[in-house]
Amino acid sequence: MIRVVIAELRKLRRPSLLLGTIATVGGLSALFTSIVFLMINSESGNSSRGESVSASELSQAAGLVYGFNLVGMFLGIVALCIFASQTAQEYTLGTLRNLLVRQPSRMKILAGKFIAMKLFALVMVIFAAALSIAISFLLSGRAQVDTSKWQSPEAGQLLLESVLNIFIATLCFGTLGMILGLLLRSPISAIAVGVLWNLILENILSALINSTGKWLPGTNFSNIGMGGSSVISYRHSLAVSAGYLLVGSAVAAILFKRRDVAN
Amino acid sequence: MKKIAITATDLTKIYGDRAALSHGSFEVPAGAVCGFVGPNGSGKTTTIRMLLGLISPSSGSATVLGESIAHPERYLPKIGAMIEGPAFYPALSGRENLKVLAELGGFPLSRVDELLAKVDLADRGGSKFKTYSLGMKQRLGIAAALLPNPELLILDEPTNGLDPQGIQEIRNIIRDLADSGTTVFVSSHILSELEMISEYLVMLREGKVIFSGRTQELLTSNKPVVIARPEYEVDLAKLTKKIDEVGYSTKVIEGTVHISAPAEASAEINRLAFDLGITLSSISVAQPTLEETFFEMTGDIK
Repeated sequence: MIRVVIAELRKLRRPSLLLGTIATVGGLSALFTSIVFLMINSESGNSSRGESVSASELSQAAGLVYGFNLVGMFLGIVALCIFASQTAQEYTLGTLRNLLVRQPSRMKILAGKFIAMKLFALVMVIFAAALSIAISFLLSGRAQVDTSKWQSPEAGQLLLESVLNIFIATLCFGTLGMILGLLLRSPISAIAVGVLWNLILENILSALINSTGKWLPGTNFSNIGMGGSSVISYRHSLAVSAGYLLVGSAVAAILFKRRDVAN
Repeated sequence: MKKIAITATDLTKIYGDRAALSHGSFEVPAGAVCGFVGPNGSGKTTTIRMLLGLISPSSGSATVLGESIAHPERYLPKIGAMIEGPAFYPALSGRENLKVLAELGGFPLSRVDELLAKVDLADRGGSKFKTYSLGMKQRLGIAAALLPNPELLILDEPTNGLDPQGIQEIRNIIRDLADSGTTVFVSSHILSELEMISEYLVMLREGKVIFSGRTQELLTSNKPVVIARPEYEVDLAKLTKKIDEVGYSTKVIEGTVHISAPAEASAEINRLAFDLGITLSSISVAQPTLEETFFEMTGDIK
């Protein structure tokens, strides 16, 4: 299995993917965190959905990770795209047959791929967190935000929780991408279905039938990243997400194991 | 006892209502070059994919290096394969692509540069795969197949897209491997290409095995052809008519009469021409080529 992970990591660190991911994640992290601090007194708000967060709120221990938490959902979408394309491209490029000749255990290929992408996602989340925190400190003076509480043990604890929650949420989105990649066997289709569903269709469904939000996968993945909310509890989101991903993974794994590799 | 590298018994693969391979039975002896021939769509790639565990047979069985194809993990580490053209990651270099497969198979990374040199890609190993010409891609595919230092090498159409020099290089690689004891099972739809390198042949047509055995055995089973060229082309019809009357079958091809007859019939044909007052500018005996034999066996007209 370790050989599969090493081989997958070699593919994941190719410059086009690595630099593209660094640019995307870095750009998103910098953008969202900068908006929070640079538009602190703006009438159009400085947080998600036009909300405003004041300097005194940002001066609390939680202010350290405020910007990073806003990036969380988008890291999930980035992971969905990467996991989906890395999985489905093996079919479209025809490279799956090479992999299976060198490692005939299809489950080992799948598990190795998943572990390698998990590591990639972890690095991505840590990079986004580090950049967001650095920018928060850098812009705190200009926004007149007191950072004394950001260096407290409580802030450290909140940072760890945020990184963990966003990492879990990112993995959930990534796993969904991998499942779609295995089912659809085309990177474009898998990414299109995944992104459309999470960014558009779930929002339309939630708006039309309010009660559905609690049971939709993307909503629950995002809720894990936020550490739960007053509407949907953290535990509920964990349970619903686990249910979706276990069923989806089982179906995808069975198909991957049994399907002929004819391309 | 003859050692066998591959056996297939009634191997069948059905897609919908079409049999890609129907009750295919054949053997490939160990240590030989065995050509796997047949027109496009005759079932060659399907058979190779079944032998490599990539697709499961609808019925029948096969063994590779003594192990059932139901357990490819038992024999694949000893096999090198290139199936249906080279498939690699376009954004990775040739060297990185080989390293991915070397790591996956647990082979030493030092093999990568050795093999790049062997297939004449040492100076382009660092270039991205997407910048390679078709011939270079094909050579990289062969390098990948050689990674495990295989006991059995399975190559599916390895010379597709290669120029004559590239084809010659692949032939040399195959011969070198066979000389060192590697079994090579190589498919092609270009029959003349395999005739030159294969000691054994498996012939497929429309999903059915129509011959499996020694190449020489197949070629000698077909009658040789006596080729007579009259001095003047106007005499072709008269000469053909006379030979037909004697009982040999004839065909006129580019100013010559091709007569299906044993080599000893040359003198008789020469005499017939003389009796008709026809001077032959040449008369020779030729063994039918693999391609001619194939068409003879299948009843197809080229």
